[in-house]
Amino acid sequence: MSILDIRNLNVRFATQDGEVSAVNDVSLSLTKGECLGIVGESGSGKSQTFMAAMGLLAANGRPTGEILFDGKNMIGADEDTLNSVRGDRMSMIFQDPMTSLTPHMKIGRQLGEVLIRHRNVSADEARAQSLAMLKRVQIPEAERRLDMYPHELSGGLRQRVMIAMALMCSPELIIADEPTTALDVTVQAQILDILRDVKDRLNTAVILITHDLGVIAGLADRVAVMYAGRIVEVGDVRSIFADPRHPYTRGLLACTPRLDAAGDGLMTTISGQPPNLQKLPTGCSFHPRCSYVVERCKAERPALESIAAGRAKACFVDVRAT
Amino acid sequence: MLSFIARRVLIAIPTLWAIITVCFFLMRLAPGGPFDGDAPVPPEILANLRAAYNLDKPVMVQYVDYMANLARGDFGPSFKYKDFTVNELIAQGFPVSAQNGLSALILAIIIGIPCGILAALRQNSVADYTVMGFSMTGIVVPGFVMAPVLILIFSIGLKDTPFQLPAGTWEGGAFKHRILPVFCLSLLYIAYLARITRASMIEALRQNYVRTARAKGLPFHQVVVRHALKTAMIPVVTFLGPGIAFLLTGSMVIETIFQLPGIGRYFVQGALNRDYTLVMGVTILSASLIITMNIIVDVMYGILDPRVRHD
Repeated sequence: MSILDIRNLNVRFATQDGEVSAVNDVSLSLTKGECLGIVGESGSGKSQTFMAAMGLLAANGRPTGEILFDGKNMIGADEDTLNSVRGDRMSMIFQDPMTSLTPHMKIGRQLGEVLIRHRNVSADEARAQSLAMLKRVQIPEAERRLDMYPHELSGGLRQRVMIAMALMCSPELIIADEPTTALDVTVQAQILDILRDVKDRLNTAVILITHDLGVIAGLADRVAVMYAGRIVEVGDVRSIFADPRHPYTRGLLACTPRLDAAGDGLMTTISGQPPNLQKLPTGCSFHPRCSYVVERCKAERPALESIAAGRAKACFVDVRAT
Repeated sequence: MLSFIARRVLIAIPTLWAIITVCFFLMRLAPGGPFDGDAPVPPEILANLRAAYNLDKPVMVQYVDYMANLARGDFGPSFKYKDFTVNELIAQGFPVSAQNGLSALILAIIIGIPCGILAALRQNSVADYTVMGFSMTGIVVPGFVMAPVLILIFSIGLKDTPFQLPAGTWEGGAFKHRILPVFCLSLLYIAYLARITRASMIEALRQNYVRTARAKGLPFHQVVVRHALKTAMIPVVTFLGPGIAFLLTGSMVIETIFQLPGIGRYFVQGALNRDYTLVMGVTILSASLIITMNIIVDVMYGILDPRVRHD
């Protein structure tokens, strides 16, 4: 039973120098309790896909296609419908915990207002549950933190507050947009532990958006790789890591520095720049940077095609063979 | 917080002293004097006058005398308004200016801020363009144009209708007589407040935490009022601090056109007449008000944004 079903999603932004296609023909689905990792560079459309699901696109953004949350289409849904789902059944953890909490409101109130909004509880009850939630995400001296302002907490604690806030109503789906990017490495591991704990204990479906493959490896069941607004490869996490079939995925994996492999000490990179979404190359958007490129890639765009059970890629070349 | 306010009040004393000193010597450096009228005064009478007003002594002595009187709360006699002390002139005029200024301020806040919020929420809509159009007009049309136009409409054009409003009369401050001058005073502030509120509200609505609030499923009006409004009020408070000080001390233009017995006109008349003590009096009054308002603004910052709280 899928909790989120995205079908042929396109997101376009009207800008002063023309229309920009941020997301192109993306289809994804996610079952209850599953963790789907979304990997890609900045501008690959990974965040915008799920901003569209939350109804939080910027005012100039226009989504088309279908985003079915528990069977209901979120695209074109009115603000009241969206507001009854957001924060209650589907919630989001944002990238930057430094700026994503309201600076002039105490932590306890920011947590409590989610419950007051969706569960209609009293202020005292909301406070008690907020305290319990802060303890659940392992915030020390939780009682004291309730009456603090966000700037009085460290980045790691603030991200825990964000997670606690997302969990207040026990949602069926959590979208975590780069939840660890702004944090120290040691804190990153703690945040991932908390997310794993939430996923396992509450059977919450998690979408983990990141550019860090290490984060994906630790948490995700399945992975979708995005490039220039399209999904280029999708599959279960084990086979994607062991046997990447798209050149871009291979490139990403090769870029991950490893301590256990011998090397010349240089970092591997994918040559070239991420493409300008307004001037996409013809054919496959990745072809100018691709080392497996053939003539066909420059003229024709490869479709996302199934290559094995649960796996698909958008590439003409059989990467294993070369 | 209290120690912050106490510190600021202590700093205000040397600030005020510096303003008084600079103003005192600047006035005396300016060419001409209080008794240089059109008709030359005979030298003997001039000497008597100068002696009567303590102007025959060296400037340093005058300064020390003035400061000593000031320390007792005595601003001295006016040079031009004979038989009046500066204390009396301010005591008569300041309440009039302050009442009108306060009314104009309240009017500006209850019209300007909601209009600015509306324009921000409906950015680039007809409502936005209407509010911004009116506010641009309010800013560019000076008071000495706006006031006569309003008099033309409400006092002359609508004569003998129920909407006629008196102008140029005061009648001890009867409500009807205050409407036009207060409205004229407030127009510029309505216009500025609408523009500042719109800009800062648009900025506040772009913040990440506003997106977080929307992601919680809060209705939009709650997002605006609880999460965006406080941040958006910071530039408004910054503007209103000195703005209130200027409003309370009256406007020369409006008070002259509407013949109001306030103190706004003393700023200009006092300077032209070289009425040293009167200019000193109104300067000290408005400087104290500005300093007070700035302290209040700083306290407000702490209320609006706990990150700048003064402990």
